Amino acid sequence: MGARKISRLLFNIYVAVFLAYMLLPLVIMGGAALNDSRFPSVYPWVGFTDRWFVELWEDGRMWVAFRNTIGVALAVVAMAVPIGTAAAILINSVGGTARSALYGFMIAPILTPGAVIGISTLLFWNKFSVPAGLHLSAIGQTSYIAAFVMLLVLARLQSFDRALEEAALDLGASHAQVVRRILLPHLYPAIGAGAAIAFFQSVENFNTTLFTRGTYDTLTVYVFSRVRSGITPTINALALILVTITIIGALWYEIARRRRQAHFDASAAQARREEEAEALPVAVAAQ
Amino acid sequence: MSELLRRYGAPLTATFAALTAFWLLALVVLPYLYLFENSFRPYLPVVDVGGPKDVYSLDNYLTFFESPIHIKVFFWTIIYSSIVTVLCFAIAYPLAYYLSKVAKSAVVPTLFLLLLIPLWVSEILRSFAWFIILALKGPLNYGLLGLGIIDQPVRWLSGFRSIIIGLVYTYVLFMLFPLYNAIQSLDTNQIEAAEDLGSPWWRTHWRVILPHSKPGIASGAVTVFMLSAGSILVPTLLASTTSRWFTEIIQQWMFESQDWNTGSAYAFLLMLLCTVFVTVMMRVFRVSLADIAK
Repeated sequence: MGARKISRLLFNIYVAVFLAYMLLPLVIMGGAALNDSRFPSVYPWVGFTDRWFVELWEDGRMWVAFRNTIGVALAVVAMAVPIGTAAAILINSVGGTARSALYGFMIAPILTPGAVIGISTLLFWNKFSVPAGLHLSAIGQTSYIAAFVMLLVLARLQSFDRALEEAALDLGASHAQVVRRILLPHLYPAIGAGAAIAFFQSVENFNTTLFTRGTYDTLTVYVFSRVRSGITPTINALALILVTITIIGALWYEIARRRRQAHFDASAAQARREEEAEALPVAVAAQ
Repeated sequence: MSELLRRYGAPLTATFAALTAFWLLALVVLPYLYLFENSFRPYLPVVDVGGPKDVYSLDNYLTFFESPIHIKVFFWTIIYSSIVTVLCFAIAYPLAYYLSKVAKSAVVPTLFLLLLIPLWVSEILRSFAWFIILALKGPLNYGLLGLGIIDQPVRWLSGFRSIIIGLVYTYVLFMLFPLYNAIQSLDTNQIEAAEDLGSPWWRTHWRVILPHSKPGIASGAVTVFMLSAGSILVPTLLASTTSRWFTEIIQQWMFESQDWNTGSAYAFLLMLLCTVFVTVMMRVFRVSLADIAK
């Protein structure tokens, strides 16, 4: 018993250290945004300031990059979600070697470095005289982000009862109705998750964007060029805003989950009580 | 295919097929093939493209094999990416085991939520954070000096040390999650049976848990290696002039020399490296592509 306790203690220490390792760098980076020092640092602490936020707000280039990022991300969602969903439905209905070959091609972009995707997209579209720009960034990102959507939807399809489609067809539903009323509603959670992942993957993307963007900026490229050419804590201000948004999102998600869990527990307890209440007279009658 | 036609009818099936074909052909296969083809062509002024000088040759690859520096950087990239992969595994394995078998199930979602925060913060900010921490007058040096562990500030941002630190921090979670999934699927009774039969803890891990988590190890290793070898941000932000990464040379060809053909030859070499790594992992761990993609 003693050994087990020690091992649990060691594990707890390890988890605490790991969490600190993951989160402290973000705290330090965010803290530097509030320090009135020319170079981003938390030590020595010069004094509290909001000037880096003001400077960030007044930076026109940042706003352009911000709009570009959102535009590209929306374009990626608009392309990757239909493509990934269609590909998942298609691959789910083929078998054998055709399936493994198709699957291989669909997974390939996930296992390819972003730089290679970027360069091949740039070269390929250049052949058709399509110049580099944000449209190519969106196309390049879609090539691998569609694979994430495909995997999510394919996983969801595993729990789909195909007999429902059969029944609908037998009852005279049209093909379009089968898809709209039966297949898609079952897939919505996966499609929603896919859209969210596509959006955030696109916002995060740097490697593919770097080679395809032409002269346009996205947020990651903007941060990158600011870091390389004379760093100021405005980047930390941006980082602090992004980290804060992330944490708020995470908290919101956690609260919603707890509430769902509590609701689920309560209704499960309720159901158990009702079951017992129903079983009681039967038990009495049996005696 | 006929199954699809029967369920969804010709127009919808055609739409599904067209979308998939557009993706796989226009966005994946043809661009890759075109990259491959371009890597054998010379870099020419626009007027000469398609002219008599535009012939296939191995010149772009010879440029690589005749440059000792580029070969060295290529191997450094392989070696240090492998080291990063092993380190990530060593750090992530105990945690993955804890999360899936030791921790109380009530705290696991909260822990995951905390772990997901750095994952949602973009890669560039994660490397930027270490840029600040590792600076000569940064918090790490002040902290270590204050604790009396070192008596002079350490120049962290030199050599491959800072790249390894940055890459491990940035990608360790990509090892943790597949490992967690793999260990999670192991029946806890098997661990208890091993313990009841007198197996010491290390043998239980070696003979029961590790073999079961092979698909997770393969998946995590492939992801971490590929992301590390292909990383542009971490090496550019955290490296010095003495430590160069293969992607930096690709960038040089593409942007500074504007030589897209040699650039594509180098990009193809990087892609080849990752493909070989995936194949080796699949062989070593005897897993399929579907296991890795999970």
